[in-house]
Amino acid sequence: MHWINALAIFIMIGSGWKIYNDDVLFGWLHFPDSVVIGKWAQYGLQWHFFGMWIFVVNGLCYLTYGVATGRFWQKLLPVWPSEVLATVGDALRFRLSHDDLTHYNAVQKALYLGIMLVGVLIVITGLSLWKPVQFSELADLFGSFQTIRLIHFLCMAAIVAFLLVHISLALLVPKSLAAMVAGGPVVGGNPSDADAASEIEATP
Amino acid sequence: MPFRTRIRSIIRTRKSAGRSIAAENRALVEHIDRRRLLRGVVSLGTLTMLTGCDVSENDFVQQGLRAVSSWNDGAQATIFRPNHLAPMFDVSQVVKPPRFNAYYDIEDVKPVDGATWKLQLNGLIDDKRPWTQAMLDQLPQQELIIRHICVEGWDYIGQWSGVNLRGFFRRIGADLKAKYVNFICADNYTESLDMATALHPQTILATKYANETITDPFGYPLRLRTSTKLGYKNAKWIMAIEVTNQFTETFWSKQGFNWYAGI
Repeated sequence: MHWINALAIFIMIGSGWKIYNDDVLFGWLHFPDSVVIGKWAQYGLQWHFFGMWIFVVNGLCYLTYGVATGRFWQKLLPVWPSEVLATVGDALRFRLSHDDLTHYNAVQKALYLGIMLVGVLIVITGLSLWKPVQFSELADLFGSFQTIRLIHFLCMAAIVAFLLVHISLALLVPKSLAAMVAGGPVVGGNPSDADAASEIEATP
Repeated sequence: MPFRTRIRSIIRTRKSAGRSIAAENRALVEHIDRRRLLRGVVSLGTLTMLTGCDVSENDFVQQGLRAVSSWNDGAQATIFRPNHLAPMFDVSQVVKPPRFNAYYDIEDVKPVDGATWKLQLNGLIDDKRPWTQAMLDQLPQQELIIRHICVEGWDYIGQWSGVNLRGFFRRIGADLKAKYVNFICADNYTESLDMATALHPQTILATKYANETITDPFGYPLRLRTSTKLGYKNAKWIMAIEVTNQFTETFWSKQGFNWYAGI
């Protein structure tokens, strides 16, 4: 699921930048042709409305899996603001614990939860932009068409910021990439017990 | 919960990667190497640059993308709500004049002579007698203050009035079970609507903007305004309307834009 999502996000961001360029929200921001997907506007649109199905279907599968197996509750909740602050403090003093890769610290929990919420919001605003009349009840939650575009854009910016950190850290620890491809460490228990090798999927 | 522990990923190795990763990388994690980080970021940049060579134009890829786009036509028709009205706005929000956009520049607009203009009717229509401007003005008028959304991303509120297309179709005996309505325009532009959209209560043949006769370059003497499609579906300078079961590609759909283009 992670790598399908990676592909979908790559398509959605690149083609989204192409679509954005046709009518920019900020006069100072134009995405260079070298980083957008689609030479012409229609190609960008074609990619975007193809990628959206992959992103949404895969995302729904992931959320269903996370809720049904209890993974989200086990791995990501609860997360307290005080813990997050404490973890940030530890990180700044280079005292972060990395003893157990299967355990997310409070900052990781907050970021992974946050990026999931951004993922949901970008889909909802995307639907509102795609069908502001058919889904007018949804679009009304946000306001004007340009407001929805702005929120959709800010969600994209949040995802890009997340990816910069996410990918940098993954590249810094190349072995974590290997673990993501081959399967991560087992949570607790006896690693040779195949039946227990269940809980941890690739890091989202 | 037993069901939880029995789910096993098919791509996961049976042998665990173990916790050795943490131990082996501790030094690395605890001492973040700036040079390495920089190299990683540069690699990422290079990766994104790869999109610079566009695969969209490749025949095979383009065929696939167009197939998805056609499938999206069907998906949009499925979620279309025939009687769901688009939001209407207050007259104070109307932008004057409306915003011009076409496949050519504003200087190249070729006005149509309203005095000699007649709307031609073709295809599955009982009464194909052409209509003059004066005849259309005699019909009941409908006003829409709706949002115009361009595929490029901009939008504005416009105040359009004219003849309800469903009412007009009933009057001329158009086959309401036909699939498509084609619009042929003076500027060689072509557009078409699915019948469900043509029969939507907020689809009109517009002759006025903000209570004044439409001026050029906005499509005088007759243009389409529907609340449920993107801007480019709203044909301007309409010369003929055809009701048909035969699908014909339109000006923009030929170039890869989505045909249905619903909003």
